Amino acid sequence: MRTRLALAFALLAAAATMPWWVDSGTLRLFVEFACLLALAQMWNLLAGYGGMVSVGQQGYLGIGAYALLVLSDMAGFNPFLCVPLAGVIAALVAIPTSQAVFRLQGGYFAIGTWVVAESFRLIAANASAVGGGSGTSLIAMREFPRATREAITFWIALAVAAASIAALYWLLRSRHGLALTALRDSERAAASQGVDVGATKFWVYLIAAFGCGAVGALYFLMNLRISPDAAFGVNWTAFVIFIVVIGGIGTLEGPIIGTLVFFALRETLAGFGTWYLIALGALAVAVMVWFPRGLWGYVAARFDLHLFPIRRRL
Amino acid sequence: MLGGLYALFAMGLALMFGVMRLVNIAHGDCIVLAAFVAIGLALALPGAGPALLLAMVLPLMFAAGYVLQRGVLNRTLGKDILPPLLVTFGFSVILQNVLLEIFSADPRSLSAGGLESLSFALPGGIAVGWLPLVTFVAALALALALELLFARTRLGRAFRATSDDPEAAQLQGIDHRHVYALATALAFAVITVAGIFLALRTTVAPSDGPAYLLYAFEAVIIGGLGSFWGTLAGGLVLGVAQAIGFRLDPGWGILVGHLAFLVMLMLRPQGLFPRTRD
Repeated sequence: MRTRLALAFALLAAAATMPWWVDSGTLRLFVEFACLLALAQMWNLLAGYGGMVSVGQQGYLGIGAYALLVLSDMAGFNPFLCVPLAGVIAALVAIPTSQAVFRLQGGYFAIGTWVVAESFRLIAANASAVGGGSGTSLIAMREFPRATREAITFWIALAVAAASIAALYWLLRSRHGLALTALRDSERAAASQGVDVGATKFWVYLIAAFGCGAVGALYFLMNLRISPDAAFGVNWTAFVIFIVVIGGIGTLEGPIIGTLVFFALRETLAGFGTWYLIALGALAVAVMVWFPRGLWGYVAARFDLHLFPIRRRL
Repeated sequence: MLGGLYALFAMGLALMFGVMRLVNIAHGDCIVLAAFVAIGLALALPGAGPALLLAMVLPLMFAAGYVLQRGVLNRTLGKDILPPLLVTFGFSVILQNVLLEIFSADPRSLSAGGLESLSFALPGGIAVGWLPLVTFVAALALALALELLFARTRLGRAFRATSDDPEAAQLQGIDHRHVYALATALAFAVITVAGIFLALRTTVAPSDGPAYLLYAFEAVIIGGLGSFWGTLAGGLVLGVAQAIGFRLDPGWGILVGHLAFLVMLMLRPQGLFPRTRD
C-alpha cells in the first residue's frame, strides 16, 4: 500500500513537469484526456456503483461551464478558482433536480436525466446575457500570458483527474463504499442490512454532479469558447458511457483503459469523419453483449490483477 | 394537433416497455431511420405516394425489429437494467452517424401530394389542417387497435402473460424469446407509421432522434404506464404545452414541454391514467 502510494506520487510529480518539456498541442490533448477520465469516473460511480444510469451528466458539465463564465467574466473571480466553485454550484443545482428524477426508475431515470439536461441547455440558449444559442468567449483569461494559462490549466487537469481516482478509491474502501457495493448488488438486501438507500443515492448523485461541474469549468478554461451545444451536448455522456463500458464498469481501472482506447480510436480514425463514433458505438455494443465486465474486468478475472484493490479478500 | 404525432412517437416506446420492461434509447433514431428509409424509397420511385411508401417500409421495419430483438436485445434482458440501456444507447449513436454518412446533415422531408397545405374551416374561424387531422385519426386508430390487440387476441394474451411473469408464461408453452421479438417488431411497425407522418409534416435530419425520444418518453410518463389511451392523452398534453410555449416565444416551446413534464412528475408521478404499477 505504502509503495503504491509513493509510486503514485512520483508519477504525479513527474507528470507535473510536463509544461516545461512538451508542446502546447500535447498539453491540450492531456487536458481533454483528464476531463474525460474524471467524467468517466463520475459516471462509473453513478452507474457502476450507485446503479443510476444517467444520460444527463452533460447538464452538470454545462452548468459548470456557465458558472465559470458568469463568475469570472461577470463577477470578477479568478477563473482558475472557479473550477471548484463550478462544482459546488452544479451540486447545488443537483439537489432540487434529484427530487424530480429520483421518482423515475431504471431506463426511465436515464431519459428523465436527459430531459433535465436538455432543459438546462434550452435555458442557456435563451439567456441572451451569456450569448444565447451561439455562445460567447471567455474574456477573463485574457490577462494571463498564454504559457501561464496553459500550464495552470494543465496542473488543474492533472489534479482533477488524480482527485477523481483518489476520491473514488478512498470512498469505495470506506464504510460508504461497502454500502454502495451492497446497493449495486441488491437495493432491497442492502436496505435490510441497514443501508440508507435514499440518502446514499442522493449523496452519490451530488458527488457526481460536483465532479461534472468542475470538469465543465476546466474544459472551457482550455477551450475559451462556450456555447450551449458544446457545453450541454449529449456527446459528452455518450463518450463517457462508451469509455466506461469498454474499459469495464464497476472497476476503477476500467475508465482509465477505456479513455486510452477512446483516444487511440479517435486519433487513428480522425481522417474519416464520424466513423470513429460508429466504431466506438459498435465496440461498446459488442463488449456489452459478449464481455459485460469490459476489457479490464476480463483481464482482472483472468490474471487476478488489481491496481486499485477495493475488495476484501476472503 | 401536434399531440397526435407525439402520441404516435410514444406508442412504440410504451409497447416495448410494457411487454419487456425494455427502454429503447434508440427509439427516436428508429423513427428517424423509418423516415429516411421512406425518403430514400421516394427518391428511387418518384411516383410513389405516402400510402404506398408506408406499405413498403412497414414490412422492412417489422422484420428489422424482429431480428434486432431476437439477435441482440434478447441477450441483454435480465435482472440487470444496464445492458439493454447501454446497448440501445450504442445503437442510437451508430444509427445517427450512419444516417449522417449516407444522407448528410441536410434536413429532408416527404411530399404528401399537396395534403400538407390543405385545411378546412371550422365554425368560429378555426382552420384545421388535413394532415394534422389525418395524423390524429391515425393515432386514435392505432391506440384503439393496440388496446384491442392486447385485450382480445391470442397474441395480446401472450404479451400480457410474458410481461407479468416470463417464467410462468414459458411453463404454459409460450416461447418468450419469440414473443419479445414480435413485440419489438410490432413496435417498429408503429415507429414506421410515426416516422412517415413525421416526414410528411416537417423536415427530418439524422441528428433529430434524441429529441423525438424525449417527446415520446414525456408523453408516456405524462399519460401513465400500461394504457395506450393514457399514452395518447400524454401526447396531446405535451403537444398543447409546446404549442402554448411556442406562442409565448419561439425559443421557449420545447422548454415549456419539458417543464410541463417535470411539473407533472413532481405532482403526479404515476401519470394521468396509470394501469400498471411496478
